Amino acid sequence: MNIGVLALQGAVAEHIRMLEKAGARAIPVKRAEEIPALDGLVIPGGESTTIGRLMKKYGIDEEVREFSAQGKPIFGTCAGLIVLAKRIAGQDETYLGLMDITVERNAFGRQRESFETDLPVAGVADRFRAVFIRAPYIREVGENVEVLSKFQDRIVAARQGHLLATAFHPELTDDERVHAYFLQMVNESA
Amino acid sequence: MVEVGTTRVKRGMAEMQKGGVIMDVTNAEQAKIAEAAGAVAVMALERVPADIRAAGGVARMADPRVIEEVMNAVSIPVMAKCRIGHYVEAKILEALGVDYIDESEVLTPADDRFHINKHEFTVPFVCGARDLGEALRRIGEGASMIRTKGEAGTGNIVEAVRHMRTMQAQIRKVQNMSPDELMAEAKALGAPYELLKYVHEHGRLPVVNFAAGGVATPADAALMMYLGADGVFVGSGIFKSENPEKYARAIVEATAHYDDYERLAHLMKGLGGAMKGIDIASLGEDQRLQERGW
Repeated sequence: MNIGVLALQGAVAEHIRMLEKAGARAIPVKRAEEIPALDGLVIPGGESTTIGRLMKKYGIDEEVREFSAQGKPIFGTCAGLIVLAKRIAGQDETYLGLMDITVERNAFGRQRESFETDLPVAGVADRFRAVFIRAPYIREVGENVEVLSKFQDRIVAARQGHLLATAFHPELTDDERVHAYFLQMVNESA
Repeated sequence: MVEVGTTRVKRGMAEMQKGGVIMDVTNAEQAKIAEAAGAVAVMALERVPADIRAAGGVARMADPRVIEEVMNAVSIPVMAKCRIGHYVEAKILEALGVDYIDESEVLTPADDRFHINKHEFTVPFVCGARDLGEALRRIGEGASMIRTKGEAGTGNIVEAVRHMRTMQAQIRKVQNMSPDELMAEAKALGAPYELLKYVHEHGRLPVVNFAAGGVATPADAALMMYLGADGVFVGSGIFKSENPEKYARAIVEATAHYDDYERLAHLMKGLGGAMKGIDIASLGEDQRLQERGW
């Protein structure tokens, strides 16, 4: 199983470490032509404006949409969630526009309001350490989207078929259960 | 229980900036140019370092109005500088809601012996360092991110290269030491023992390490990434160049694709003039900002 972590910008090494811990082979990918050979793709945390712009610049967005059209799993954390979304509150520009969700950026405030807490994540864990850094949340979901976790009534993790997204950063913990859940999605899609 | 300002949240914020470019800006218009170019954060200042250097006198934290103007203009994180050891300037920046504080040698130090105890802040700090000992002292005081000092406002990359090479060589040396050599090495470097032990075990700093101080071109940014930087700060290099928008975009792309030389060649075409640089040898000891910090 070959998992790629989109390595244009952001916390790439952390995802690779977690995917390996969960038993996969993981590599950083920067070029469009590297994507078709992958079985699954992770879009890491970082700045969504930076990652989004660099994806478009070199046609990586088109390649990832094609990847998704084949039903191959994609997992986005934080900025990755924003990049996956069909709608971003307060802006017209979207990036991949794959997941039927509306996201609100920087929804919990600035860095001094960033926090960590324990949350239940459906299908993953009754208690998972969730690290939120200038995090977004999901304001609305389409009918085919399953809500996996909420914090104070706000949706912070969701799945739509082969697409998985969390507003928090499982890659900043030592708990690989969310990554293991994603690898199971990859196994089932193969 | 909800916890704010934890080490993980503060260091994690810097992890999210990796592979990115943080740009100095002095107003809303520049901040928007930086954001549109793909900067991962902006540093809100009254003057870029080249102008601080030219102005002379005492350089202090920026007018809060400038910082708020920048914060209102962009959705990406906003950083701001306080003077070394100036606890109250840092508290004011935290109260303003800036996302990261740079306790910076570019401003005139407020304390000639001590840095700020950064552990007691909710907002994370970045600090400059020239070598491993200095980096680990700053981390020991609570810094969540390290950057090379380089020589700010010169457009000359040589000092940032020296600082990054020095640090990487020291890290390799510590990694290969026998555990019984670590305490003496901690003494020699002036570094906290526990942090040196971390470096020995992991072969890297416990926080992100960016390049700063003299980056003027896309090739400079790529060089620092090649030397092992996690990302790049660009101070005067963008808004002192002939074409800031082009420079900003090209430096972002060069940082992401630092080892793709064909792409770099394409990026460097027709950029227009870079900022005018300064030969470090022409600077007197008192003009070398990197000597500030203890």
